[in-house]
Amino acid sequence: MNNIVENFFNIDVLIRSRHLLLIGFRTTLQLIGLGVILAMGSGLVLAVLRHARKRFLNPFIVVYVDIVRAVPIIVTLMLIYYTLPFVGIRLPAFWAATLAMSLNGGAYYSEIFRAGIEAISKGQGEAARSLGLTYLQAMRHVTLPQALRIVLPPLTTNTLELIKASAVASTVALPDLLRQALQSQSTTLNATPLVGALVLYLILLLPLVQLVTFFEKRMKAGV
Amino acid sequence: MDFHAIGRYFFNPVVMQKALPLLASGLWVTVKVSFLVIVIGFVLGLILAVIRATNLRYVGKPIGLLIRIYVDLLRASPYLVLLSLVYFALPFAGINLSTFTATVLTFGACLSAFTEEIFRAGIEAVDKGQWEAARSLGLGFLQTMRAVVLPQAVRISVPTLANRGVAIAKAISMASAIALPDLLKQARWAQGIFANPTPLIEAAIIYVLLFLPLLRLTLFLEKKWGKGL
Repeated sequence: MNNIVENFFNIDVLIRSRHLLLIGFRTTLQLIGLGVILAMGSGLVLAVLRHARKRFLNPFIVVYVDIVRAVPIIVTLMLIYYTLPFVGIRLPAFWAATLAMSLNGGAYYSEIFRAGIEAISKGQGEAARSLGLTYLQAMRHVTLPQALRIVLPPLTTNTLELIKASAVASTVALPDLLRQALQSQSTTLNATPLVGALVLYLILLLPLVQLVTFFEKRMKAGV
Repeated sequence: MDFHAIGRYFFNPVVMQKALPLLASGLWVTVKVSFLVIVIGFVLGLILAVIRATNLRYVGKPIGLLIRIYVDLLRASPYLVLLSLVYFALPFAGINLSTFTATVLTFGACLSAFTEEIFRAGIEAVDKGQWEAARSLGLGFLQTMRAVVLPQAVRISVPTLANRGVAIAKAISMASAIALPDLLKQARWAQGIFANPTPLIEAAIIYVLLFLPLLRLTLFLEKKWGKGL
């Protein structure tokens, strides 16, 4: 028991490694913030494009979304970070990870937004168009605000998964929370930094899990 | 950008052919681990869901609460962080697991947290009247669960389960970070040997060939399955 406290919940080690962990946490937060925003933005653009009247882009979008979703996010990251330099494109680890999150998350978000837009736009979008609103006006003022509300539950679930996936950035040596924790573990020869990193991740993600559960319950109640 | 380099570095046929045996062995590990994770995740999730459903009637609240904490913690933890804890931190407690075992256990536990929620939602979706009807016919709680409720609950859950199963199989590629010799790890290894990133592209193509049909299948299930249930 003493052994476990000393190796996993060691206050001294935690105090010694706190700087590294907090710097890592900040990097993780920056990566998540940027990655989620860019993923949502690109997902929304793809969904609106796919729904637009001129649909010549559709086959390309469908193939793109399918392929990106079929490739695991860590493979996308490896492709960006380890193969692009061979054609002269060298992205720092942070931007490679941001790009991987945007591509992967964007493909998933676009499917979610599309479902929402399709659910709303049939009747209401057409009504708005017949009142003289342009396509984009109808999309912005009528369809999207309602579509966003109905896709909130899958949007939250997807965001949770995307944030969890951000830890793969540690594999391309980005000094994020996980990387810094592994680093301090090997210098202190103690597992406490890793436990500390998990606790920080949980502080960030447990509220999101509660939100997902809340939406699931509300959906079951039929509201 | 150097366009001549694309053929030489990204789609080099010689390297592609040479790397294939390595990648095939990696694919086999990926498939084996995915299969075990899905079996463990589904069975454990089903058991937990039944226990939690039972809890409403017989067992006290504490067990249900424990399961809920287990589920919430695992759903909130990034796979790679848990995997690192199991593989790099457990040795400090004297528990040394191989990369294979660590991966199967970690992802199996994570999947069980998701499937518990899915099965429980399925169990709750079965009409209360059926419970009462079955019980009034003289079936015990477990008999009702097994013969009446679960067959319907599992059927309702199939599309969501398929979705989760595919998602976790994709996530297993993260185990390459603890040097599990899966498809991704072998591709990185081959990239090192041949000093050429073609194997990584090849692995990505294999992932697409593997997961694209499965993703299409889950979409199909979501649309068609259980119509008229």
